[in-house]
Amino acid sequence: MYFWAHFQQNTIDIMNKIVKKEVFSDKVVRLDIEAPLIAKSRKAGHFVMVKVDEHGERIPLTIASSDTEKGTITLVVQNVGRSSAKLCKLNEGDVIEHVVGPLGKATHIENFGTAVCACGGVGTAPMLPIVEALKKAGNKVITVLAARTKDLIILEEQIRQYSDEVIVMTDDGSYGKKGLVTNGVEEIINREKVDICVTIGPAVMMKFVSLLTKKYNVPTVASLNTIMVDGTGMCGACRVTVGGQTKFVCVDGPEFDAHQVDFDQMIARLGAYKDIEAEDNCKAI
Amino acid sequence: MSEDRNAPWRDELRKTIKAKDRTALERVHMNELDPEYRSHNKEEVNQGLTAEQAMKEAQRCIDCANPTCMQGCPVSIDIPGFIKNIERGEFLQAAKVLKNTSALPAVCGRVCPQEVQCEAQCIHVKMGKQAVAIGHLERFAADYERESGKMDIPVCAPSNGIKVGIIGAGPAGLSCAGDLAKLGYDVTVFEALHEVGGVLKYGIPEFRLPNVIVDVEVEVLRKMGVKFITDCLVGKTVTLEDLQAEGFKCFFVASGAGLPNFMNIPGENLINVLSSNEYLTRVNLMDAANPESDTPVFFGKNVAIIGGGNTAMDSVRTAKRLGAKRSMIVYRRSEQEMPARLEEVKHAKEEGVEFMTLHNPIEYIGDEKGRVKQMRLQKMELGEPDASGRRKPVEIPGAIETIDVDMVIVAIGVSPNPIVPSSIKGLEITKWHTIVVNESMQSSIPVVFAGGDIVRGGATVILAMGDGRRAAAGIDAYLQNKK
Repeated sequence: MYFWAHFQQNTIDIMNKIVKKEVFSDKVVRLDIEAPLIAKSRKAGHFVMVKVDEHGERIPLTIASSDTEKGTITLVVQNVGRSSAKLCKLNEGDVIEHVVGPLGKATHIENFGTAVCACGGVGTAPMLPIVEALKKAGNKVITVLAARTKDLIILEEQIRQYSDEVIVMTDDGSYGKKGLVTNGVEEIINREKVDICVTIGPAVMMKFVSLLTKKYNVPTVASLNTIMVDGTGMCGACRVTVGGQTKFVCVDGPEFDAHQVDFDQMIARLGAYKDIEAEDNCKAI
Repeated sequence: MSEDRNAPWRDELRKTIKAKDRTALERVHMNELDPEYRSHNKEEVNQGLTAEQAMKEAQRCIDCANPTCMQGCPVSIDIPGFIKNIERGEFLQAAKVLKNTSALPAVCGRVCPQEVQCEAQCIHVKMGKQAVAIGHLERFAADYERESGKMDIPVCAPSNGIKVGIIGAGPAGLSCAGDLAKLGYDVTVFEALHEVGGVLKYGIPEFRLPNVIVDVEVEVLRKMGVKFITDCLVGKTVTLEDLQAEGFKCFFVASGAGLPNFMNIPGENLINVLSSNEYLTRVNLMDAANPESDTPVFFGKNVAIIGGGNTAMDSVRTAKRLGAKRSMIVYRRSEQEMPARLEEVKHAKEEGVEFMTLHNPIEYIGDEKGRVKQMRLQKMELGEPDASGRRKPVEIPGAIETIDVDMVIVAIGVSPNPIVPSSIKGLEITKWHTIVVNESMQSSIPVVFAGGDIVRGGATVILAMGDGRRAAAGIDAYLQNKK
């Protein structure tokens, strides 16, 4: 373990360095970060907590991929708040102050048969390792890639590498088919037997995918992206109701049986700090 | 037993004032910030003793031949030894005596419940008088040393090169690290959060324990050669096997009780109903009340805290400082049964906190946006004593009250965090997820020791520190035997 030497000398500042940055759109970037311990131990479905600088908020980000030889992990960051805005502005060579992980439970992977992976927006990033793992486990993988518009479709090439089929959906019809992610999923269900559906994206999108697959009795897993502070079970900010019981997304999830998740409550809780943050932004201007 | 009670200086000192006259002296009162002033900022409430006050208070200690106070201390501090050094004006020496047994004297002097430990065993109490203010004096000596800029670094035995890993940088881990470093071990502390200190940092507020106090005590450990690795969750980032492959011979698991309990009542997942862990972590560790911090926190106006322990007091007083017009403690038993320290209850009351005892929440009601706006409280009365020996609260049928709130903080205790224990194969765990240990804190796996809340389920800083010390002794004995 070459990195151990650095640990021992307390020179861990070589860690968390951004070695590659790719700008997907004005709000979305891809960062490859030096984090050899995490790169080695992470599995599909795991996330990390990131604190960008001294004043940064601890935010959860699902790991999109890793390179164990280079010792890097890939994160896709969407600018949605103060800390994520700072993250998006960092460049190659910059260091993120704190990255801890891998956290959460890994995705349950087996050969289900036919798997539909329904992802929207930056949800494509955390879906990537799941698509790869499902494919390697022998599944027929059909991925529905959805976004508002063409520019927001990300990682298409990588997704295609592990998918038997990719259906691209855009709200405005600027790329692929015009329509929502649910249109793509329904099209597949109508034409062939689907054994499992995995969905990652905005909460409202996952809610509608879940409602759809419930109608067709297709078992569905959703990867939830709630607010967290520590990410290790300590704070309970991430709690959701699943099957009538309170669960912590950070330690019990992040993936749950979508048909059991109370998405309306989750959507409300995601907005817990919207007013405060809006006020903060006004102050900043 | 005090070490140098028979030293000539101490013999002389004892003779300067008669024991009877010593016991006749009044106990010192520590200066506190004005309640109205302090309830709007995060300045430390207790102001400490002046040198004059401390020396006078030290005179009250009669330097017993058999100091029972030490039996009340979970880390067996040489109490008369440090107090007599204060009396003779050797403040730095007093601090040195403290550090022989305690890795964090400035912390203990502030947050230990001395009134039920050392001070409860003081000879003065047995004579119907007020105990010597041991806690205040401990704090004085530690603060004096820190402010003098002449921090003493405890002498460590020559390095034996044996690597020991400590999992968790809270009070148990820090205390164990200090003792092992003194014995010459190569100690590395692994911490999941981005800062060292555990509950001392994320839990206990600035106004009771300033972060800088913790940082200074940690700095001493660093100077003793202890290494700290933050952002590293053992069991996830690295496994115990990884660390064994790196040459670690023994481990001390002190990962704490970081899983907040909820009551599972309707409406508990509404917005602005949160655990005390979340609230305090946002404000203390993440500095969320500071406009410069990216972490948000809601500034509640009508805030209810559910629970009657120290964490509930910390939360309610924090809410007051963040501008709450009404900050309430809602507790299902009466004030007598409250587990919080008397001092915390007193301070909270002075600051205008309302105490709604014998009330228990049964439901939270939300507005159209899913934010809590009201809570329904069941009134209680005291019945027969229960298993804890306290009178059991029973519902008064039909006595239900609805109160407007915009924030509810649930502070009804924590459970052990299962992440670390569940990652260690073959580790014996109780049904409450605590780790099973023997009297030297050794678990079912010989190289794994454990202590603090991961063993106790939810206790105090000082008990965790006591566990850390015992584990250090246990680890040393185990490793020396194996040689």
